[in-house]
Amino acid sequence: MAERANTTLNGRDPRRSRRILFWSLALLLLSTMALPMAGYLVTGVNSVEAAAQQDSSSNPRSEFWRAVRGSEPGVTQVKGQETNVLIQNGGQNWREIRQGPLTTYGAIALGVVILLIVIFQAVVGKAKLETRTGRTVTRWSMVDRILHWYVAILFIILAITGMATLYGREVLIPLMGKEGFAAFAAFAKPVHNYLSLFFTAGVTIMLLKWISQNIPNSSDIKWILTGGGYFDGVHRPAGFVNGGEKMWFWILFWGSVAMVGSGIFLLFPNLDWTRETMQLANIIHGISSLALIAGSIGHIYLGTIGNEGTLEGMITGEVDEAWAKQHHGLWLDEVKGESPSISGGAARPSPAAPEK
Amino acid sequence: MARMKFLCDAERCIECNGCVTACKNEHEVPWGVNRRRVVTLDDGVPGEKSISVACMHCSDAPCAAVCPVDCFYTTDDGIVLHDKDLCIGCGYCFYACPFGAPQYPQKEAFGVRGKMDKCTFCAGGPEEDGSQAEFEKYGRNRISEGKLPLCAEMCSTKALLGGDGDMVADIYRERVLKRSSRPQTWGWGVAYKADS
Repeated sequence: MAERANTTLNGRDPRRSRRILFWSLALLLLSTMALPMAGYLVTGVNSVEAAAQQDSSSNPRSEFWRAVRGSEPGVTQVKGQETNVLIQNGGQNWREIRQGPLTTYGAIALGVVILLIVIFQAVVGKAKLETRTGRTVTRWSMVDRILHWYVAILFIILAITGMATLYGREVLIPLMGKEGFAAFAAFAKPVHNYLSLFFTAGVTIMLLKWISQNIPNSSDIKWILTGGGYFDGVHRPAGFVNGGEKMWFWILFWGSVAMVGSGIFLLFPNLDWTRETMQLANIIHGISSLALIAGSIGHIYLGTIGNEGTLEGMITGEVDEAWAKQHHGLWLDEVKGESPSISGGAARPSPAAPEK
Repeated sequence: MARMKFLCDAERCIECNGCVTACKNEHEVPWGVNRRRVVTLDDGVPGEKSISVACMHCSDAPCAAVCPVDCFYTTDDGIVLHDKDLCIGCGYCFYACPFGAPQYPQKEAFGVRGKMDKCTFCAGGPEEDGSQAEFEKYGRNRISEGKLPLCAEMCSTKALLGGDGDMVADIYRERVLKRSSRPQTWGWGVAYKADS
């Protein structure tokens, strides 16, 4: 120790002071580079803390009001339909769909069907019955015809009263005035409601009675693929019911299931359906009804102006043999083949087995 | 012109149902029809809140938009009213309303709805102000007498505020500042969004 002290006292050790200088500079340099990095450390620790804080104390009051906006039910002394719900949000969606796509596309669909019929009638024209044989075959029994017209007339009344509810405000109020339309609508609503029950009964019986003769088979696919001969004038052989008629039957079948099914909900508000159910039912009712109305316009055209001799089958029950040969060749063959074997000679096809 | 609004202060409402009773008595509304109701959330749990709700007289009223007979109209005061002579009781306004305001007396068998009834902000209907016909259909017309809705006037804790929207907002803002709480203008986002 003494020796060392001596040496330092005697004079500076140049190697030692150089070492001190070097390490001091190195430390200084390292600090200037490393210290600013401490900021990362601080924010890193802080953000972990902040995240922990957010987890533990998400504002319970805002959660509460969010639940209210989300139709969370509470407790109320007032009795009635969903009186314990403060805000029901479905109504806004229902309004947007009903006032928007349903009304717009519905009107477009009806317009397009009518336009297509006009174009078809102008370009192709009706399927004429060139010759009449004078001999007739029985196509529709009295029961079938009564069923058809019962359902048809009720359908038209329901379609008019129903469409007045959807389009009356835009179409009829400018014509009739608010008071005039309200008077009509006040009458149309109960008519629509009460007749719907009679329609439901009729359409159910009709669809069930005719379902067996509307099972699709291979000749129907050929008939549909060739467009039913409406465009080339060549009639494909068809049984008692052709492919197009079967298509309409099944559109009517599933359309009626949707329309009647949703209508039952709308008809009985006293059964305490929720608003959400009613909103959905109303939209389904609108879509299925408009689809059936569009389809029925096509059906009415094809059954009257579009095909000569068709309407008389549904009015008198009898069709000309020439018409039967033209439109339902397979059925006519069957009737003719079978008729001798039927005692009494009534050429009435069994609806259960019109085609094999 | 004023823009009439309702605001229920959830920090003050004590679920006394005084507003409901005041409304029923003032307008002599039929049985089964409740123009106003009080809903309690988290009932019996710490932090439960009660809210008095009726027609909020929306800016872009959904009921008016969907009505097939177009029987709704908005007064100069921003009050949404309807004409019972036109109403057919179809129920569409009830499907559209977020607040469940429209009410229907059951008139006939099979749950057929009668003409819709709802809160009028004590402003009656299209009939002559203060007439017997107006009272029978829509209840008292206090607005024409320069008075505000009775439910808010009679609120024991002054939780329910009804009147000019700006004044209601001022009163509420002062309360929020005084108690250092957060503002919760319940239902205003839904009802008056179109205003802003």
